[in-house]
Amino acid sequence: MTDIVLPLLIAVPIVAAVAPLLLSLWSTETGWPVATVAALIEAGLAAVLLRSVYFDGRLVHEVGGYPAPYGIELVGDGLSAPIVALVAVVAVGVLAFARSAGPRRNSFYSAYLLCVGGLMGISVTGDLFNMFVFLEITGLSTYALVASDRSGESAIAALKYLLLGTTGASLFLIGVGYALIATGTLNMVDLSVRLAEIYTTPGGSRVVLASFGFIAVGLGLKAAIFPLHTWQPDAYTYAPDTVTVFIAALASTVYAYALGRVVLTVFTVDFFDSVPIAQDGLLALAAVSIVAGSALAAVQSEVKRMFAYSSVAQFGLVVAAFALATPDSILGGVIHLVGHALMKGGLFAAAAILAARHGARTVDDYARLGYRSPVVAAAMAVLGLALVGVPPSIGFLGKWYVALGAVRSEAWPVAVVVFLSTLFTLVYVARLLERLYFADPGSAPTPAPGNAEAVADGGDESEEDRIDSRAPDSVSVGMVAVVVLTALVVVGLGFATSGFETLLEPVLSEVFSQ
Amino acid sequence: MIELLATRWAYAAFILLMVTGIYMMIANANLVKKVIGLNLFQSAVFLFFIASAYVADGSVPIVHSEGGGGPYVSPLPHVIVLTAIVVGVSLTAVALALIVRIYGEYGTLDEAVLREVSDD
Repeated sequence: MTDIVLPLLIAVPIVAAVAPLLLSLWSTETGWPVATVAALIEAGLAAVLLRSVYFDGRLVHEVGGYPAPYGIELVGDGLSAPIVALVAVVAVGVLAFARSAGPRRNSFYSAYLLCVGGLMGISVTGDLFNMFVFLEITGLSTYALVASDRSGESAIAALKYLLLGTTGASLFLIGVGYALIATGTLNMVDLSVRLAEIYTTPGGSRVVLASFGFIAVGLGLKAAIFPLHTWQPDAYTYAPDTVTVFIAALASTVYAYALGRVVLTVFTVDFFDSVPIAQDGLLALAAVSIVAGSALAAVQSEVKRMFAYSSVAQFGLVVAAFALATPDSILGGVIHLVGHALMKGGLFAAAAILAARHGARTVDDYARLGYRSPVVAAAMAVLGLALVGVPPSIGFLGKWYVALGAVRSEAWPVAVVVFLSTLFTLVYVARLLERLYFADPGSAPTPAPGNAEAVADGGDESEEDRIDSRAPDSVSVGMVAVVVLTALVVVGLGFATSGFETLLEPVLSEVFSQ
Repeated sequence: MIELLATRWAYAAFILLMVTGIYMMIANANLVKKVIGLNLFQSAVFLFFIASAYVADGSVPIVHSEGGGGPYVSPLPHVIVLTAIVVGVSLTAVALALIVRIYGEYGTLDEAVLREVSDD
């Protein structure tokens, strides 16, 4: 009966999302408690799922009692369980951060819960069309979250994200359509069997390749792989800081997971073997993304934008891991997905705190902040070094296994790119650390605290508008604790290889069984 | 080629609509027209699914207890399109809400002007 947690993971946040809107008739400050209760329930459910998958293996729930392949299947396995746990943990963490950082409107928490429900849905679904529906639920709520800042820029960034995100989801839907027309089924496991019958017949591989192409480009657009990343830096930069922490940690992560899931479960490794151009294309896309994302990150002056471009590179790494499709690289890909989410979430949270305390938004503003906010800066340094891949940290583990997979499968260009990306990451993280700790005291500008005084900046903003409406209103001990805890977890998970191996073992043996 | 167009005209229309929609999103500076382009693109996808589900002389897939009565039309693509239409409507609503906010803030919907304004 444990499989009941799978539909509950999706249903609880979506049902709870209605409550803040109804309750706002009575009081407008009820969103946070409702969201927190729902997120804690989610965390409990995720823990049950993780435990069950860890000890008993794959968990399947047939929605409505209709058997697969006719009905919709929800699947908890070694690939989806870590992502579900990640979504639940980050959802709780971001709420702890939002307690004093805001936003406080009830409608914000409704969108937040919808987003959590959608992310859970993408993670556990075993049906391609169902995945599209959850992609759109997640997308819609993310657009609303990005626009929840009052500035005009955030609305423009959200609209840009909406146009590109919807295009991505529609391309995904066309790919699903090709697969449906070719096979008549939408269930992932059933599709993998029937697609294999088609691409192994002479001349039959073209429709499968077309389907793969549309799905890969669609999800690549959603996950912000270069050159499909253009929506992402604006969305991350202009969203309120709390929202940036949430979407940087989860949105692209779950889309990249979806890509991995489709590659491994629907198209399978055999498809890569018989149609090598699919694998080569995906690898090329990922490699370009790693190099371009890193290079763009290194030249940014605004911190949030720098981290945003860094995500483009890191997701290139994850996609490369799934495209290599060796046991080592898949293990590395999943570890890096989880690790990157925690590191990037922590970094954005740290940046939010520094922005609120010191009004620091650019790398230059960070001069000597290591001495003015020692705890947050230290956590940021740890997270940054973990992102580079310094052991012991989960960042090192992920990169290590991806590189190992590339070397073992003799994909030398990918191996070179992975090492290059480490150097590039070092370039921009080192620039940040140098500013934080070793900047020349004389040259340090002392930026005015963002929210302490209101300065009319010549725009048509009203007087009481804060200069920086994205930053949290105030910094609480809880917010700092979230960042420090994240840094500790990132280091701690550096020793968790065996846990990930045990989780993924059944999945990997199934993927490579043929 | 001509024969292909004559028998597969629905798919040709799908390609045409899709490309027109994407072109509108890229080339048009007006934000509302970009959203219209998006709608066109989505409609193209609906057409693709509906066209693929067409069965000559197919009947409604209600199987009688004594069996027989085929060929039936697969209901799955129709259900998919129905869901996708609902998704498309909500997306359009959110997009228009954002556009109202942008217009309220800047007083223009021209992409080029908006870029200049927000660079200041």
